[in-house]
Amino acid sequence: MLLIPCPFCGPRPELEFRYGGQAHIARPENPAALSDGEWAEFLYLRDNVRGVHAERWRHIHGCARFFNMLRDTTTDRILTTYKTGEPRPEAV
Amino acid sequence: MSDLVETAELTEAETIGADGVSLEALPPFARFIFRGPEGAAQAVTEAFGISLPREACRARVAADRAALWLGPDEWLLLAPQSDEAAIADEATSRAGALPFSLVDVSHRQVAFRLSGPRAATVLSGGNPLDLDLSAFPVGMCTRTVLAKAEIVLWRTGPDSFHIEVWRSFAPYVRDFLREHMREFGN
Repeated sequence: MLLIPCPFCGPRPELEFRYGGQAHIARPENPAALSDGEWAEFLYLRDNVRGVHAERWRHIHGCARFFNMLRDTTTDRILTTYKTGEPRPEAV
Repeated sequence: MSDLVETAELTEAETIGADGVSLEALPPFARFIFRGPEGAAQAVTEAFGISLPREACRARVAADRAALWLGPDEWLLLAPQSDEAAIADEATSRAGALPFSLVDVSHRQVAFRLSGPRAATVLSGGNPLDLDLSAFPVGMCTRTVLAKAEIVLWRTGPDSFHIEVWRSFAPYVRDFLREHMREFGN
């Protein structure tokens, strides 16, 4: 079983976590000004990274907080985790 | 509300015993989930009489009350059932206009105590945490999972665990633990 390092609770078994999709996607300030295409892009289009990917996770059966993770999608290795709101760290 | 049928069913079941481990249903508590920023946490500390633990996954006990860290701004407060109204009133008046949330969850959850030298072994049948004393010391508490149910697990002694579980999951948790205790002769 993977151990995921929650920024609040420390390393915990993956059973306690839920995946939350790609991280660092900001909702457009003024959706009404967007074209349908741009809005659809915000809603549906996500990176499909081969390599280091920044993604959201939630420690739902623990402290219940969202946080971000850098994970290598080819090896499933977790590079680092950091709190929501913090900038994406340089890939280790 | 403590005379709800489900509670009666759970607490009437006498202690389930096996060699080196026993499971008992605990009587009802007053329970609150407090969420709020630092200022409000201070007010609740004064109202509740226990300094809310700021260290992750730690519980603090004083007299017959306990405060359990569940998240960076979230605590579970346990107290005798008779203090229920007093705690809510006191916290509300002390916090004043500060934004916070104090939710009475007394009847949402029930509690079990699993104790004995084999308690950790039995829990490990359905819980993925490392329950060795060095990794999960006395006084540590956390939300986690037991098989398919979410629980709050709190180590109250080297061989004693307090388990909080939502009422509808309680029969499942009790029966699951009983199954695992059968290994040690029930």
